[in-house]
Amino acid sequence: MKRDADSTAGLWPLSVAGLAAFFGIWWLAAGLHLAPPQFLPMPQEVLRTFAGLLHEPFAGYTLGQHLWSSFLRFAMGFLLAAAIGVPLGLLMGWFEWLDRIVTPLFECVRYVAPIAWVPFAALWFGTGIGGPVLIIFAGAFPACVVNAYRGAKYVEPRLVEAAQTLGASSLRIVAQVLLPAALPSIVAGLRVSAGLGWMSLIGAELIVASSGIGYMLVKGQSNIDTAIVMSGMIAIGLVGVAIDVLLRRAESRLMRYRHPSHS
Amino acid sequence: MSNIVFESVSRVFRRDGRDFPTLDGISLEIADKEFVAVVGPSGCGKTTCMRMVAGLEFPSSGEVRVAGQPVRKPSAERAVVFQQFALFPWKSVWDNIDFGLRVKSLPASRRREIIEHYIGLMNLKGYESAYPHQLSGGMQQRVAIARAYALDPQVLLMDEPFGALDAQTRVVMQEELVKLARINPRTVMFITHAVDESVYLADRVVIMTSRPGRVKEIVDVKPTREREGWDKYPKIEDVMDLPSFTNLRTHIWRSLREEHGHVEKRA
Repeated sequence: MKRDADSTAGLWPLSVAGLAAFFGIWWLAAGLHLAPPQFLPMPQEVLRTFAGLLHEPFAGYTLGQHLWSSFLRFAMGFLLAAAIGVPLGLLMGWFEWLDRIVTPLFECVRYVAPIAWVPFAALWFGTGIGGPVLIIFAGAFPACVVNAYRGAKYVEPRLVEAAQTLGASSLRIVAQVLLPAALPSIVAGLRVSAGLGWMSLIGAELIVASSGIGYMLVKGQSNIDTAIVMSGMIAIGLVGVAIDVLLRRAESRLMRYRHPSHS
Repeated sequence: MSNIVFESVSRVFRRDGRDFPTLDGISLEIADKEFVAVVGPSGCGKTTCMRMVAGLEFPSSGEVRVAGQPVRKPSAERAVVFQQFALFPWKSVWDNIDFGLRVKSLPASRRREIIEHYIGLMNLKGYESAYPHQLSGGMQQRVAIARAYALDPQVLLMDEPFGALDAQTRVVMQEELVKLARINPRTVMFITHAVDESVYLADRVVIMTSRPGRVKEIVDVKPTREREGWDKYPKIEDVMDLPSFTNLRTHIWRSLREEHGHVEKRA
């Protein structure tokens, strides 16, 4: 449900309370030894581990280096998915024949979960850069295509007609009418696909990588070091939020011109 | 030469396996550089007629020809001004007018010249970098008209272009369009349901029947306008007070009224 900003602005204490309750329960549960300490460390110990990982290498690299190597893979897979998926979706939205060729294939492939690409990626690329990138691509690609396609399909017909009667060719209409008109939908799709890509990446690194935050998690698990595993999970969440905030910024910047109502 | 010919054009709309005729045997010729207004009750298919000339819709039978060639697809030679303006919301006034000129790949200096010319003509100076949502309806429609005229099309198609404007703005726009049409005559097909507007603007007024649309009557306005010297009057209200104008208007009104009567009886 959406309310106006004024009535929700005063509700931030609830968000703080939610976080406080979470950490409070964690702290109590750990302090009362409801689980053995090596499986449920105190929050402050996780924090200390987290801070330590920033300068002491674990599994070959510091936390920052692991994150950076994950982020590079993510960026490659995500940009590749966007660079292929968005134009493909727009073209499918315009050329009926392309839609007919691609849609059945696409509908089958999109239900192969990104994690199900892992064995295939491992066979093809081993633990090099290609495997994780392929898996991120598999996670990020469908949302790019679907949202660009929908955006193109729901463009106001009169804008397309105006372009046609001004002499525009099909490709020009795709690039200069469908693309800008579908931008809100495309950007929404990019946000979804970035989230999915980031999540697939971690899954991929659990299996086919020798660095990265997912790899760090696995190593932490085999050392039975829950604090390291939890630190890694916190880092994953923080980067995920950061990616979303960045894309939200980009979105509101792009949308500025269409602010008031244009019927 | 860019005349428009409708040759026994019919159009059938299929729904739930039944055929609904919307246009029935339209035959009509619009001469080169002639300004023809089409009036008729709503739903009579007058917009469909215009869209067939634009190449946005096609007849079920019969043929629409422009300059002797059957219409198969849209073309910049047949510019359209839509009722809801259809400006690109992400483009400034300047870039909206520029769109078609870029398609034509004219050199930049020529494009600038043309855009500046129409910005001046349509009173848009100072708004070059404004976006459509920042403009009033009247100004948006002036941009749309400039965008269409800038391409120097042989044929101009207008679908109730002033229908969404308030009364005062509409009058200003009608006067401007008349000026433009006299300076720069084009073959124009102008769809409207406003009788005053059709008599004021057009050389001939085509009256259509209620659905299925047929040509009911064609009223020749041009001889009266020339004989009575309407163009000498700068203001639309001066023309509208002339007995020669009111006679034609009343005639068209009565003719249309019969059609509205038919619709009501059937409903």
